[in-house]
Amino acid sequence: MDLYEHQGKELFRRYGIPVSEGRVATSPAEARAAAEKLGPPVVVKAQVLTGGRGKAGGIKLATDGPETAARAHDILGMDIRGHLVSKVLVEKASEIAREYYLSLTFDRSARKPLFMFTTEGGVDIEEVAATRPEALVRLHVDPFVGYQPWQGRRLVYAGGVEHPGEQRQIVSIAAKLYEAFVGCEAMLCEINPLIVTPDGEVRALDSKFTVDDNALFRHPELAELRDLAAADPLEAFAREKGVTYVKLDGEVGVLGNGAGLTMSTVDVVTFVGGRPANFCDLGGGGDAQGVVDALEVIARDAQVRSIFFNIFGGITRCDEVARGILQAVGQIDIPHPIVVRLDGTNAEEGRAILREAALPSLHTEATMLDGARRAVELAA
Amino acid sequence: MAILVDERTRLVVQGLTGSEGRFHGLRNRAYGTNVVAGVTPGKGGQDVDGIPVFDTVADAVAEAGANAAMVFVPAAFAADAMYEAIDGGIGTVVCITEGVPAHDMLRLHAYVRSRGVTLVGPNCPGVLSPGKANVGIIPAEIFRAGRVGLVSRSGTLTYQIGHELAQLGLGNSTIVGIGGDPVVGTSFLDVLALFEADEETSQVVLVGEIGGDEEEKAAAFIEAQMTKPVVAYIAGFTAPTGKTMGHAGAIISGSSGTAQAKKEALEAKGIRVGTTPTETAELVAELAGG
Repeated sequence: MDLYEHQGKELFRRYGIPVSEGRVATSPAEARAAAEKLGPPVVVKAQVLTGGRGKAGGIKLATDGPETAARAHDILGMDIRGHLVSKVLVEKASEIAREYYLSLTFDRSARKPLFMFTTEGGVDIEEVAATRPEALVRLHVDPFVGYQPWQGRRLVYAGGVEHPGEQRQIVSIAAKLYEAFVGCEAMLCEINPLIVTPDGEVRALDSKFTVDDNALFRHPELAELRDLAAADPLEAFAREKGVTYVKLDGEVGVLGNGAGLTMSTVDVVTFVGGRPANFCDLGGGGDAQGVVDALEVIARDAQVRSIFFNIFGGITRCDEVARGILQAVGQIDIPHPIVVRLDGTNAEEGRAILREAALPSLHTEATMLDGARRAVELAA
Repeated sequence: MAILVDERTRLVVQGLTGSEGRFHGLRNRAYGTNVVAGVTPGKGGQDVDGIPVFDTVADAVAEAGANAAMVFVPAAFAADAMYEAIDGGIGTVVCITEGVPAHDMLRLHAYVRSRGVTLVGPNCPGVLSPGKANVGIIPAEIFRAGRVGLVSRSGTLTYQIGHELAQLGLGNSTIVGIGGDPVVGTSFLDVLALFEADEETSQVVLVGEIGGDEEEKAAAFIEAQMTKPVVAYIAGFTAPTGKTMGHAGAIISGSSGTAQAKKEALEAKGIRVGTTPTETAELVAELAGG
């Protein structure tokens, strides 16, 4: 789960990492009040779960209260890479002497937390890594031993930070960032830029914070930070229904059982010339209610023209799935043709059940490829 | 011979008294797996359809001679169950549970290796050696015994490919589901090395998906270390960046972990990659026939 900048900064503050003073506003009036409370000049920053907001015009400076309201008015309601801005962070403006970069990521390849630091901050880090890899200091932490102060020192010395005051502050921030990373069970904690003010003060000017969904049961206070309104409305509806669903941009609705098979089904639809509308994983089950919920989510997508239901029965029995499909079709109105491919355990019985029902909107196919082809034809 | 599980496996099921643990534990026994014990704290002394239940894994090892464990406990308690199995003297631990926190797995991964124990999973369908033993939830009736090793990050996709192989008359030495999480106990590399050394395996199918770089590492390993032919399949070519596709580990982060990059890495080492499960099975049949 990705957190907003203001949420990540609140966590930074809690762990003792210095950040600028700021307030969240959802209207120009609130933004103006925030600016007057903080004391201008302030920066008005769009709160969106995507990068590139600066370039899109989502970050503006304001020198007094009315100007803050005007800038908030411009930014609220903006569409930044498909994300609607519904709140801004009004923050005391900072003078910047230098911009660094510091992050901790969950390095799944090395199976260790990874520190990355460079004095060339404020830009896309993947670009620094690609063009000037020698400028990027990388350092793994042993998950059993945890952070050791020498590692912070190593980051600043190898990174080429010369001022002792800056060195001390960054070493301290690195230690706290590690605490935040482990304490929140994060997959990513990134500070870009980590600024140095003309007075030599080091501070986090931005925050990118991702926590592990699977660990949220241990962190109810983090789970509450999820912004249901920000998600794609179909994805939010799916979450509500407990359906694993990712919206894509096409016409063939896809429903499969198991993540790998469903991903493969989406690929095969593309391979035979179609455009998948979604990824929807029924999971290991296939009970009637699960089928109803999933079909309800898929059918809500106005782009969908046909639905491809791809089931490989293992523990799941195809005859049960077939009954689930009939129940679902009886319960909810689905205006699209549905192609069903049943294979594996009790596939014959399942197909027979669907055949006997003889519903004009249901088409059965014996293989994944044929099913995909049929669904693509029907969407045309 | 097969790998990881066989006739010598003496299985203890952690969570045998739960509904899932009971269903699959009994199913594994019905297949022929030697299920010698169950563990549920507080239920020691009971039995599940004749299988004795102990309070601890150590008891199951001491009294029933268990040498492998299958973990079927909820995610919040799965790490504890895995540590208990490792410390209890188990040699091979298979964790089926989905939703184990990633930070738990960082520590478990380091710990299990320091103890010389094999951990398969979590979030995996288990391991099946056709005709010998089934540990997990893989529907054995789909697969035939044969000489193709199959290793995968997915469950149902593996069944699909196993089914396609069976229709072409090909069977498997062992099917290993390594799991769909960002960090799992046993990697592609570990399983490939086992298949390379296994006399009953002639070739291998590797089924990967988006996220991480294990397929890329596997490509380098296959070129450097393997004499047996490997055919691959990768799922997730149409997956968008930054979205978790069902499996916690199936996510493209920034520009890394794409299916295209994995396919290219494999093909650069001369490994053939099927575009569909059907074509993948056909490539295997071609190699087996030639």
